[in-house]
Amino acid sequence: MALTTSNLTRHVDGVPHLDNVSCTLKRGGFHVVVGQTLSGKTSLLRALAGLDAPDAGSIALDGRDQHRVPVWKRNVSMVYQQFINYPHLSVYDNIAFPLRRRGMTAVEVDRKVRQAAHMVALAPLLERMPTALSGGQQQRMALARSLAKDDDLLLLDEPLVNLDYKLREQLRDEFLNLFAQRDHAIMVYATTEPNEALLFDANVLVMHQGRLLQSGPAQQVYANPANVDVARIFSDPPMNLMSGTLDAGEILINHAVRLPRPGHFNRLQNGNYTFGIHPCDLSLTSRGIGMRVDLAEINGSETYLHVSRDNADLVLHLAGVHGYNPGDHVETAINGSRLFAFAADGTLAAAPAP
Amino acid sequence: MIILYRTLKYAAILLWSAFVLAPFMWALTTSFKTSNGVTSGPTYLPWLQYEPSIEGWRSLFRSDGSGIDIVGPYASSLVVTLCSSAISLVLGTLAAYGLSRFTYRAGFIRNADITFFFISQRIMPPVVLAIPFFLMLQFFGLLDSELGLIVVYIALLMPIAVWVMVDFFNNIPRELDETAMLDGCSPLETFWRVILPNSKPGLVVAGLFCIIFGWSDFFFAFTLTFTNTQLLPVAVVALNSSVTPWWSLSAAALISVAPLIVVAFVLERFLSRGNLAGAIK
Repeated sequence: MALTTSNLTRHVDGVPHLDNVSCTLKRGGFHVVVGQTLSGKTSLLRALAGLDAPDAGSIALDGRDQHRVPVWKRNVSMVYQQFINYPHLSVYDNIAFPLRRRGMTAVEVDRKVRQAAHMVALAPLLERMPTALSGGQQQRMALARSLAKDDDLLLLDEPLVNLDYKLREQLRDEFLNLFAQRDHAIMVYATTEPNEALLFDANVLVMHQGRLLQSGPAQQVYANPANVDVARIFSDPPMNLMSGTLDAGEILINHAVRLPRPGHFNRLQNGNYTFGIHPCDLSLTSRGIGMRVDLAEINGSETYLHVSRDNADLVLHLAGVHGYNPGDHVETAINGSRLFAFAADGTLAAAPAP
Repeated sequence: MIILYRTLKYAAILLWSAFVLAPFMWALTTSFKTSNGVTSGPTYLPWLQYEPSIEGWRSLFRSDGSGIDIVGPYASSLVVTLCSSAISLVLGTLAAYGLSRFTYRAGFIRNADITFFFISQRIMPPVVLAIPFFLMLQFFGLLDSELGLIVVYIALLMPIAVWVMVDFFNNIPRELDETAMLDGCSPLETFWRVILPNSKPGLVVAGLFCIIFGWSDFFFAFTLTFTNTQLLPVAVVALNSSVTPWWSLSAAALISVAPLIVVAFVLERFLSRGNLAGAIK
């Protein structure tokens, strides 16, 4: 039993927002749609909710076509990146609103409201108005409304993007617990951050320019990106990509750097490839490739070191805080056994062992 | 420097207040004067400069030649203004919600064109509309009646309601409608249960405009009525005969402006837009 989309297509002013998207989202699964801004994530979620009608293609829930089912008769919840709540209703009435629309008894409504409020730690604030809540609490209220509804399809459109860092981390951890026991529901979470998909260990759908590039378990997509675009999108910082040539015994990158041919490239024919390597598989060494520091981006307890040489730019993902200045000289080591090779058409030719 | 700034600021406020309130002060003092008090030059202090009299106010409730009975026109004005404003607000708000949320296409005509068509009715000079309105009311036998004026005023006031409410609804995030629909509301329920309760400031502004324009209209009240129906502005102007009774005229002017002041004071507290702050952050 699942939600299935077939060749879902939608154009707005001639621009493809969805381009032949076909996928199957199983019940009980946590599905993460990953893509950059304007990749079609929100368009897909809105189409699944029934808020936007596709130009072509179909959506079926458990085999039943959803085309003619109006939004208010579908069992769908959606949490937006903006904190959307009913400003004229208290927290209690906000959570109770969809339950009352379904004609539930007051006792049942009260039980479900308090249960949902307890799950998102809003129980002491039920009488407050939305304006008296912080941003995080408002988003929790929107979440509580979705949890109380207990719908077949729960759509989360970058729900954490407008929260501060600490709250984002906290809510992200809570998501897994909140939705863990929902075997009957299909949960779709849109994000620009591949790390969230990896953290949730979810089924991933990678989107780019309205197209679904690849879907599958997060670890599998990370280890075997179908093409260059997926490799770049599903890695944060994006995968380093370098053009080069594969010879009998070595790899020549950017006509300058020579590396021994790794074992997992044995089956590849000699020729031109695009080689890729995750930023975490690059390291600093005492005798490596001399490069110039362009930027040291400190992100919490990690450092993204941007380096360059002869028009080739690389990003290193280093553990710990490193205080480099632009212009500093560093020696970089490329771990050949971690290299990906992409053919001329961009498809994956060889990947390192996970 | 700060003291100088404050002094100038308060001086400017006082000057402007005096400019705005002076006509009211003039009308108030005049309404308590008699013929002698009016013709003896500018006087403002009762008992000291002139002997106050309530003759001006009394004459508003006399139907003989020395005054007018203002109760009838007052009641007619209230009925016509309140009915036309209420109907305009209901129809205008529904039309505005449709224009704000749904897409209409008829040939080259789009939502923005339809909104402009509503507003364009206010751009035309009233005299252009007077003859068609006159002929239409004559055809339906509604000339010189309150119902006829209500129909005409709806046509004149609804564009104001549409204009104000379209702008207001455009500022309410569409995601609020979508959330309501996802929570089980049909489009009409969404409007009734979610959008309308959050539109009080817009409704107040639109309602105020409708009441003000409806209450103070003279032109159509004058051209579309004769003897059976008389609205307040026409009755007040009717006082202005060969020998103008300024004391009666002043009292009538004050009594006709009073409801607008009361309505403005009562509705002013709803004008804050703050209650939408919790919708989207």
